[in-house]
Amino acid sequence: MQTPVQFRLNDEERAEFVDSGARLLGLLRDKVGVTSPKSGCQQGTCGCCTVLIDGAPYLSCLVLAETCAGKSIETVEGLAKGTAYHPLQLAFMEHFAAQCGYCTSGMLMAAKALLDRNANPTRADVIDAICGNVCRCTGYQPIIEAILAAAKRGVARTA
Amino acid sequence: MPLAVKTFDKLRDVASALGADAGARYLGGGTLLVRAVNEGDVGVTTLVRATDRGLREIRPSGLRTSLGAAVTMAEVAAHPDLRFLASVARSIGGPAIRNMATVGGNLFAPYPFGDFSVALIALGATVAVHSGASARDVPVEDFLGSTDRHNRTLVSGVAFRRPDAEKNFRFLKVSRTRPKGPSVLSIAAHLTMSGTRVSSARIAYGAMAPTAMRAKAVEAALTGKTLDEAGIAAALAVALNGCAPQTDAYASEWYRREVLPVHLRRLLLG
Amino acid sequence: MRIRKELFADERRDDFREVGVGRQRADALGHVTARSQYYDDRRIAGMLHMKLVRSPHHHARIRAIDMSAAERLPGVKRIITAKDVPNNLYTVLALINVGIPDEPALAFDKVRYKGEPIVAVVADSERAACEAVARVRVDYDPLAAVFDVEDALKSGAPLVNEYHGRNTFNYEGRDHQRVRFGDVERAFAQADHVIEERYQMSPIEHAPTEPQGCIAVPADDHRITCYTNTQALFFSLDVTAMILKVSPDKLHFIGGTVGGGFGGKVDTLVEPLCILGAMLTNRPVRLAFSREEEMQAGPPRGAERIFIKDGVMKDGRIVARYMRIYEDSGAYSRLSPYGAVKAAAHCPGPYSIPNVFCDAYCVYTNRTPSTAMRGFGVTASDFAIEVQMDKLARLVGMNPFEFRILNAYRDGDTKAHRKKTEGAALIECVLAAADLANVPIADSYRTMSSRQGGGAAPGAMPATPPARPQPGVQRPAAGDRLASIFGERRR
Repeated sequence: MQTPVQFRLNDEERAEFVDSGARLLGLLRDKVGVTSPKSGCQQGTCGCCTVLIDGAPYLSCLVLAETCAGKSIETVEGLAKGTAYHPLQLAFMEHFAAQCGYCTSGMLMAAKALLDRNANPTRADVIDAICGNVCRCTGYQPIIEAILAAAKRGVARTA
Repeated sequence: MPLAVKTFDKLRDVASALGADAGARYLGGGTLLVRAVNEGDVGVTTLVRATDRGLREIRPSGLRTSLGAAVTMAEVAAHPDLRFLASVARSIGGPAIRNMATVGGNLFAPYPFGDFSVALIALGATVAVHSGASARDVPVEDFLGSTDRHNRTLVSGVAFRRPDAEKNFRFLKVSRTRPKGPSVLSIAAHLTMSGTRVSSARIAYGAMAPTAMRAKAVEAALTGKTLDEAGIAAALAVALNGCAPQTDAYASEWYRREVLPVHLRRLLLG
Repeated sequence: MRIRKELFADERRDDFREVGVGRQRADALGHVTARSQYYDDRRIAGMLHMKLVRSPHHHARIRAIDMSAAERLPGVKRIITAKDVPNNLYTVLALINVGIPDEPALAFDKVRYKGEPIVAVVADSERAACEAVARVRVDYDPLAAVFDVEDALKSGAPLVNEYHGRNTFNYEGRDHQRVRFGDVERAFAQADHVIEERYQMSPIEHAPTEPQGCIAVPADDHRITCYTNTQALFFSLDVTAMILKVSPDKLHFIGGTVGGGFGGKVDTLVEPLCILGAMLTNRPVRLAFSREEEMQAGPPRGAERIFIKDGVMKDGRIVARYMRIYEDSGAYSRLSPYGAVKAAAHCPGPYSIPNVFCDAYCVYTNRTPSTAMRGFGVTASDFAIEVQMDKLARLVGMNPFEFRILNAYRDGDTKAHRKKTEGAALIECVLAAADLANVPIADSYRTMSSRQGGGAAPGAMPATPPARPQPGVQRPAAGDRLASIFGERRR
């Protein structure tokens, strides 16, 4: 059975027919074609599938797609405006915060959730914000530095 | 067979749907149940949800506070009247998990999870258990070992008396990854003081038994004592009474037994 | 970062343009915009899903496999067993003519590790595939299992892999790889101190955030295209061609960004079965390890148990090093025989020791078959060697940095496997590290160097006692004498 679900995705209205019981991660990757959230564990332990729903971080591998009706979903695809990259994207590039890149989407969204409500986070705030995201490559330090640097840069976009 | 999802407003309709279908399960935050489905548990064929807003209510009225079963850890951590529970809620998963994990779900979480239940036991909390059209209040420490929990009987919320002073409620959680991660162990203590002496104590442990447990021997040994090295010595001597920790991927039974008294001492000395 | 240009100045050009300059990764933009493509970032119309039935037992005979309930399930397209695999029994090192076929792509008579695949189900949804897997009935006769490398070598130990006939890999007639240099026994007798230690390393799970997986697609030219996250694209293509008995030009492997490999995505565990599924159904098929499969059935870094016995003089010179290394290959060979060779070749570490004896065993146990990880076969060896070096330094009362400088190899020194040392730089590294750590180093050591004759006379190449062949026993006399030193009975 399929259920129609209307939601906003990166500021655009979407409507999809969703299989009964389908998870948001599958909806985004398989139907909508938004592949930034990744499948790392399907258990809610790695954070690679992190998206924002109404501004708060959720693990899309555990969220039923049909519960997203009327919600506003944000993914990495919505961070840049044309070639105006989000300060987090610029900072991740500059600080070598990505190696294999598989955790990067989840880290960016977890970090965005933090900076959207706390423009001046402490290091402890940053660590708490990403404590649900596993990285096996960088050792986390470059990611923490990048998020702090992005905060300093401010959330205003570069031209 | 594809997974079915059924949504009802009221818990009694949820209960009927669950009773009628052996493969149906109640969906709280999804952190345990959707995980099981993702991992290939084909015994789960239907997810049943309740949208009753009453399940999301936090009512800190007077001395007795009630939390609906669908209240999330994030909501507990953010509530201005629940500051004494903030450290507990923040210890349960990262930010995304906390947006999803519920008070009710934590009661059913398997070893070594269930740290919120540890705090609830220390607060002398009761859980509203649904049977038929009515609900009865059962102390959390009794519910955890009950057939109700084994049979996944629905719960609609928990209630407890607030501690008189925030500093009288203490909690610590030991995990291998910080700041969050599954418990090696957790300890909650609600100490009621008379001057410098403990007039009554409720102490609970997580991951030191198949479910969260009360440390009654420690409570008795602390009553009437001061919270200094000499005063807590008798309590530390019986710290492991009643404990049956397990070995799992996070810690061995041996390790849990070794470090519990150390952490209890630190918690009591503040 | 500082480049120490004054070191080996006559050997280097001073025209670096990229080294020492911070440059963004070429894929940095792709990672932060989610444009980097991983194998799974594509959906192909009509794609089917493969799931594997895996052994819950560490060691068991398979009596029967009943797929009738699974076959009847709606959505199931094909169920694949061992008889469907053209060349089911294989070993990856056959590509370089090493080893014997010892591993089934799908088990048929026996399972040798928990998680070993037995049946592959292809269905039109992941859930249908999971339901079918749950309905496959396998009857097992559990067998005694062995998990410890030394237990596996004791007489009476369960035989893990019948294709080898014993629980060790056969290196040209011997059950171990060996290094013989000088006469350790004589040197131990003359040494001022002899110490012997045992080191143990656990298997280590790579745990990449991206589990192994691939998507196989029948292409328009009778070939199969396979999108995969293997670290070894051409190697995996050749292994797949070998198992499926097809010409390699029938396969088109397309890699992408690998979401973490670390050596754990080289065993080609998904492509052969997934591509076979695509061939048999003529549909695209996806096979992705779950996190649990990645942890349990995905290969870990091979654990090693290492014994090191050293003879050292009062002045700090190590005169003899004996190493016995057991590499835990798990139930099958895969690349582990090569790992044990590397471990042996690495012996005795970057030091000039005039008498060296090494036996390295590749041992089969009922554990998940192990593989490479960052320094295959060598990292564990280095851990053992360097901890041992610190213990030796403390034993003779020397600064551990100076102890290493004293014993370090220099250019021109003959290594234990009889290659000449070239381009050595250990001493310079140790001095730089000591300076960074504010460890004082005596002037006499500061003037030493890795260059030929840099502060220590190279040892004359010592005589190695010849191995006396014994009829019917593949073991040289030196091995027997050492066995008695360690007070053990060996097979």
